[in-house]
Amino acid sequence: MDGNYILYKLILASVILLISLVVAMYSTLLERKVAGFFQDRLGPNRAGIGGIFQPLADGLKLFFKEEFMPGTADKFLYILGPSLTMMIALLTSAVIPWGNSFIINGTEYTLQVADINVGVLYVFAILSIGVYGIMIGGWASNNKYALIGAVRAASQMISYELAMSMSIIAIVMMSGTLSLKDIVDQQHGMNWNVWYQPLGFLIFIVCAFAECNRSPFDLPECETELIGGYHTEYSSMKLGFYLFAEYINMFISSAMIATLFFGGYNFPFMDSFGLSHNALTIIGSLVFFAKILFFVFFFMWVRWTLPRFRYDQLMRLGWKSLLPLAIINILITGFVIMIKNHL
Amino acid sequence: MSVSQNSDSLSGRSRVVSNKKMTFAEKIYLPAIFAGFGITISHFFKKNATIQYPEVKRPIAEIYRGKHVLKRDDEGRERCTACGLCALACPAEAITMIAAERKEDEIHLYREEKYASVYEIDMLRCIFCGLCEEACPKEAIFLTNVIVPSDLHRSNFIYGKDVLVEPVDKRVDISHRQTPEVLAFKKDKNQSHNS
Repeated sequence: MDGNYILYKLILASVILLISLVVAMYSTLLERKVAGFFQDRLGPNRAGIGGIFQPLADGLKLFFKEEFMPGTADKFLYILGPSLTMMIALLTSAVIPWGNSFIINGTEYTLQVADINVGVLYVFAILSIGVYGIMIGGWASNNKYALIGAVRAASQMISYELAMSMSIIAIVMMSGTLSLKDIVDQQHGMNWNVWYQPLGFLIFIVCAFAECNRSPFDLPECETELIGGYHTEYSSMKLGFYLFAEYINMFISSAMIATLFFGGYNFPFMDSFGLSHNALTIIGSLVFFAKILFFVFFFMWVRWTLPRFRYDQLMRLGWKSLLPLAIINILITGFVIMIKNHL
Repeated sequence: MSVSQNSDSLSGRSRVVSNKKMTFAEKIYLPAIFAGFGITISHFFKKNATIQYPEVKRPIAEIYRGKHVLKRDDEGRERCTACGLCALACPAEAITMIAAERKEDEIHLYREEKYASVYEIDMLRCIFCGLCEEACPKEAIFLTNVIVPSDLHRSNFIYGKDVLVEPVDKRVDISHRQTPEVLAFKKDKNQSHNS
């Protein structure tokens, strides 16, 4: 492992970090714009052309807000909560293949920070730690609403992680690998997993909404009953971290959906243009980002369409509908693979 | 005789609560969810209802009842004679005035021998009903289609003569509030205000 390689990985990691942050930042503007258009209005448009500086203004506002900590709060955990949430939100981006690879002077540079052979497992491991940030924050606040929000978040995430993992097992069975890069490479052209696993995709996307605490499953922070849920007692940039992490999670979830089910950086007729490998990589990455942006938009579309679930409905959907469906999906997939191997 | 319990509702809008079992399509939610997506996305491409306020102003009626104006006559003399009928007519008690006698050298300023040295309308009390305008026998006060601007202090909402009296060189057009019907109404002897 020479110095060049390490330098390249460092630069790539910082670029991806930067892109995730910028995309998350502008997702907040996009959300407000999209919400506006869905409600026949314009959304923020005063800060810069079309409100382009609105995220900066929001960020500045959060920075200059008073830092408040409840007297009875556990100081260490209170600060740990938002930090953990933010860190975990950013960790996942390491294993997502953001593009194919560049070949410069005979050396191959892959657009993926770490192509570990257990990529899928890594993502789920990180996602399941994500609940700690919320739980610790809610617990440390020493507030009833925050605690209820945290407990809801924990049980919701645990229930939906099961069905989510189950829906991915079918994909893993099909592709025979846990590496995200290999899973993407197998979806060359239009050979996307969503055509083979429509049920798996449906389960995965519903669980992704629940994992991100997004509407219609935003029970941990539902304003109408819990004020702010787990971040009731948070203010200033600590609150900013929680809100920001939600948008990063949305971005990463969209990237995961695009990677696992919509071919990642593959696009239809990619072989028929006669493009060089490097040009194909650039277009592939752009296509990947277009797919991610579509799913980010879809997240918002859902938020402004569906009302919030009731808590018992949420649990019923997770345990009694999605989990059995995911298991049935695994059985069907296994059955089809068995028949294929015997033919 | 008591009314039968089973009679139809008076409004005719009552509905029998339905506890019928949901069909499969209703149970899995998805058709309803996709119908919902259709509705929201159709709104996404609809024309916005927003009016970009400071740049674009929503058109208001010609006869809109906004900020008051104290008119001058053709020679530029104030028409108001401080009779107090507007203050009497005002349901919100927003108008106050102090009358004064016209001096010999003020003939070019005031039309009548008596005039209002102080004339104040509290714009926070005013309900813009237009009764002052209706009560005025001298055609001196009118409402215009100018909207009273917002302010940070209550005291700034008490408009004196400096704001209300129209400038000599910048007359305020109130002809749209003086339609023939209005003029006829003001001169109608059968109406109580003219008797």
